[in-house]
Amino acid sequence: MAIYRAHVLVCAGTGCASSNSVKIMEALEAELSLQGLEQEVQIVKTGCFGLCARGPIVVVYPEGAMYANVRVEDVPLLVSEHLLKGRIVDGLLLKETGIDETGKENENSEFFSRQLRIALRNCGIINPENIEEYIAYDGYQALAKVLTEMTPAEVITEIQASGLRGRGGAGFPTGIKWGFAAEQVAEQKYVCCNADEGDPGAFMDRSVLEGDPHSVVEAMAIAAYAIGANEGYVYIRAEYPIAVKRLKIAIKQAESEGLLGKNIFGTGFDFELFIRLGAGAFVCGEETALMASVEGKRGEPRPRPPFPAVKGLWERPTILNNVETYANIPVIINKGADWFRTIGTESSPGTKVFAVGGKINNTGLVEVPMGTSMREVIYNIGGGIPNGKKFKAAQTGGPSGGCIPASHIDTPIEYETLIELGSMMGSGGLIVMDEDTCMVDLARFFLEFTVEESCGKCPPCRIGTKRMLEILQKITEGRGEIADLEQLEILAKNIKAASLCGLGQTAPNPVLSTLRYFRDEYEAHVLEKRCPAGVCKSLLTYSIIPDSCRSCGLCAKNCPADCISGDRKTPFVIDQSKCIKCGTCIIKCKFAAIELV
Amino acid sequence: MSLVKVTIDDKELSVPEEYTVLQAAREAKINIPTLCFLKSVNEIGACRICLVEVQGARSLQAACVLPVSEGMVVYTHTPEVREARKVTLELILSDHDRSCLTCNRHGNCELQKLAEEFNIQELRFERATQKYRLDDFSPSVVRDSNKCILCRRCVSMCGQKQKISAIAVNARGFHSIIGPAFDRSLAEAPCVLCGQCINVCPVGALREKDDTDLVWQAIEDPTKHVIVQTAPAVRAALGEEFGMPIGTPVTGKMVTALRRLGFAKVFDTDTAADLTIMEEGTELLHRLQPGGVLPLITSCSPGWIKYMEHNYADLIPNVSSCKSPHTMFGALLKNYYAEQNQLDPKDIVVVSVMPCTAKKFEAKRPELSTNGNPDVDIVITTRELGKMIREAHINFVDLGEGNFDHPFPTASGAAHIFGASGGVMEAALRTVAEIVNGEELQDIEFHEVRGLAGIKEATIKLKGIDLKVAVTSGLGNAQVLLEKIRAGEADYHFVEIMACHGGCINGGGQPIQPSSVRSWTNLKELRMAALYQEDSKATIRQSHKNPLIQALYQDYLEEPGSKKAHQLLHTHYQARENYPE
Repeated sequence: MAIYRAHVLVCAGTGCASSNSVKIMEALEAELSLQGLEQEVQIVKTGCFGLCARGPIVVVYPEGAMYANVRVEDVPLLVSEHLLKGRIVDGLLLKETGIDETGKENENSEFFSRQLRIALRNCGIINPENIEEYIAYDGYQALAKVLTEMTPAEVITEIQASGLRGRGGAGFPTGIKWGFAAEQVAEQKYVCCNADEGDPGAFMDRSVLEGDPHSVVEAMAIAAYAIGANEGYVYIRAEYPIAVKRLKIAIKQAESEGLLGKNIFGTGFDFELFIRLGAGAFVCGEETALMASVEGKRGEPRPRPPFPAVKGLWERPTILNNVETYANIPVIINKGADWFRTIGTESSPGTKVFAVGGKINNTGLVEVPMGTSMREVIYNIGGGIPNGKKFKAAQTGGPSGGCIPASHIDTPIEYETLIELGSMMGSGGLIVMDEDTCMVDLARFFLEFTVEESCGKCPPCRIGTKRMLEILQKITEGRGEIADLEQLEILAKNIKAASLCGLGQTAPNPVLSTLRYFRDEYEAHVLEKRCPAGVCKSLLTYSIIPDSCRSCGLCAKNCPADCISGDRKTPFVIDQSKCIKCGTCIIKCKFAAIELV
Repeated sequence: MSLVKVTIDDKELSVPEEYTVLQAAREAKINIPTLCFLKSVNEIGACRICLVEVQGARSLQAACVLPVSEGMVVYTHTPEVREARKVTLELILSDHDRSCLTCNRHGNCELQKLAEEFNIQELRFERATQKYRLDDFSPSVVRDSNKCILCRRCVSMCGQKQKISAIAVNARGFHSIIGPAFDRSLAEAPCVLCGQCINVCPVGALREKDDTDLVWQAIEDPTKHVIVQTAPAVRAALGEEFGMPIGTPVTGKMVTALRRLGFAKVFDTDTAADLTIMEEGTELLHRLQPGGVLPLITSCSPGWIKYMEHNYADLIPNVSSCKSPHTMFGALLKNYYAEQNQLDPKDIVVVSVMPCTAKKFEAKRPELSTNGNPDVDIVITTRELGKMIREAHINFVDLGEGNFDHPFPTASGAAHIFGASGGVMEAALRTVAEIVNGEELQDIEFHEVRGLAGIKEATIKLKGIDLKVAVTSGLGNAQVLLEKIRAGEADYHFVEIMACHGGCINGGGQPIQPSSVRSWTNLKELRMAALYQEDSKATIRQSHKNPLIQALYQDYLEEPGSKKAHQLLHTHYQARENYPE
């Protein structure tokens, strides 16, 4: 085996890859060979580091120097300075400065050291396309332990003892789910992995599969052993080509190493794993819809019971867990349930990965113990809100969740607290909003998503969400009436109560939670025809401040609606009846003489 | 069968463990409203109208699919349940074309009935609705998606029961639409026009193409000699159109009503059914000779014929060349009867009253005509006849008993049972057995081919041959049998296939019973019984013993299978593409 004096880790996750990390890798290769270093320095293609906002990320070991926002043209300098001369290039190093609530520099801000990575443990560390690297990081040790030292019942007991809860949405205890399936007597059972991550903005499952696919393969084999299955399906959206490719490689490698297939570890346990591609329908993240889709049918949910643990894929007992849940399994087996329970809270042990996005400096993936406060995630890890703006609310749980206002920023994040606040964990999307976000518009945005993604099987979701969206459109367009708020509440309540599946049952949450915390904004839209955040175009008025106007006429010249008039001597005026609120004038004005109120 | 204890609205009861909450509630005489539910056809819990509260459950549950469990406590009428159901119904109504007054299903609409039951007085959530174009391109079935409430009964019927899947859910969410693939019309899809989808549609989204105007126009045209003939199954169900109990035979009242409507002659398709037995029986006897293609498969059901042409065209040589009874009759009327009465065939209008929507398509087949004159001009369904009788303000229930007209006043009991699955087979056996055995049958009833089983098989011991027969109805069942035949795994001599389960008594043109009736009453059995009752009352119960048929061959057709008979009474088939360019 070749020994290298230095390793250059380059992130090849979707985020960094889309900001050119592949080209950087090529440039590194070329430069290293130019400098004759190819025998001394190894380039390692890794999964996501999590700090997507600063990508592409390149880390050089043994120093552990992390370079951020690396460009192809930085490569020669990096090679000649750091790799040839051993001098760290300060100018390219990641600078971790955050902003606190008062808009000042935050000394406590540290993206990596404040996290605890279990599910993401290998992401950004190993080459996901090399099974040996996974094995070197304890990979397949848990599977070996399970198959050679534990009975299926012991595995289930261990997972139950760990208190691990499903990371995909409702937080159902994983061990109990496995126990139900194990109890069933059937010739054929299945294990399934939900990699159909559909929440807008969530990408932790993608990152795990891109950065550490073997952890999921190993966990599914463990689950199969525990419930008595020998076939597994990973349902993954086709929009994740890198994850699909790496998972395929992982399965192939595991097969050729005898870690999948017949008679694994000589124990007589067989397990085969297959991939099924989804077409990106949000509803296919719902378990019964997912299974229908795996079977090749229209991806639609069906009423439960029967639950999948009794009748799942092809009517056989099936368990379904999501990627992040599976990624926790090998670690729990290796380190034990007791260790796992020391992390997180009593009711929600372990960690949770959040995809942090929106108005935040460190957009990316963050894994923290359950119970960590939102403040910690947003300010100390996330680096705070850009441009000194105020934090207004955070949306968790994607379109099924709700928003949590600034007043609850110190709430510890776990399943129950989020539900109490009218939101939910969901898959762990965390969208940060600042004072420029209109909460009515936000609710409208999420409703638009659910209306688009409703499968159409049950009327409350199919028609009800559409009616709610129509009302929200009416309100944001300035045609709302106070009675509309009552209608929204009636619809929301009954769509939640009457819908067939989780998609419909949670679809009204964004409206309910914004109505709960930001009713004043709704009322401003409806009663005063005003959008306090200045987002809803129809409610805004463009007007020229006479004192600032220099009568240059540029606005009038560019106005597509021809609604600005004036002459050289007097300030220009906008005819409000003709204004289409396109905003051209405000962009064109050189004297900041046009305001929006 | 083990029982479980459940409590519904504080009533304790023990019910079989395989019961749903809906079934258990029925047992307790507690009425839970339903909409998408149709027992054994569509049990998908989609419409959410049957929601109930179950103690300990996180959300409201659909009673139609929720299995009972020991100790379950259910409430069917809490404020939450009532509100959730009502809001859901209001939402359905908000996306429904509510032109009830001009709707085909006015007064017989399950949605309308629910709106009345729920005391809907205003719609709170009214906004955008879908606007779809009408699919009236097929001669049989009209699809009006503006009225569709996406309950999916039709999809289940077409896909799960008939195993055709000519229609399914397209697109999703608010834009979901039930129809053929690629936004095609039913006329350009593998639809066989059986009309089973219509029978299960709770609203007016699926209906037969209404041809009653054509009939009125013909009757009112003094230059036309308008003859009506009625299929066997019509008499077993027409009474339902007027609120009579299911399974009441109404032959006499039907004849009286038809005469009152103004038809010049009222004939019985059953007479032609006897003729069919003579022709088809002869065909079977020929095919039993060495070299004959077996099994012989019946050809009376036009839904089955179209299905065969789409999916089993390789079996065309097996299918009987006999026209279906009403087109045989039509050919006879426009030739023999026209000659006898010195009428120009062009002036004769043959109207068939059929339990079937596929017959409308069949009548338009160019091969079913003689010298350019279609054998049958207009086909109306049992339902359309009901409409015409109502439109004429005839008090059907109080009508007296009429008789079919000369020269075709009689038909055998064998012909009456054509309308039930197994009836054609039994009728054929009643004749073929006597011919083969050369002696009269002791018992003319063949009970082994009766009933509602999907596939019925029997071996009839005849002189010199054990005749193996099979009877199937419902195309999903037929598919199973046909695959066996295609694979060469079946050694039948004679096979009867009907497109609709139970045969014509359950045809796509029969009166529509709502789910509340259809789910809990075996209407097929009741209608079938009406036909067997007519048979048992008949004085002549075998086709070859019908003197009218004997005379017809003597005077005109020479003998079964003669050249003349072939010209008038036989046809041919063609392969069809499922999605033609």
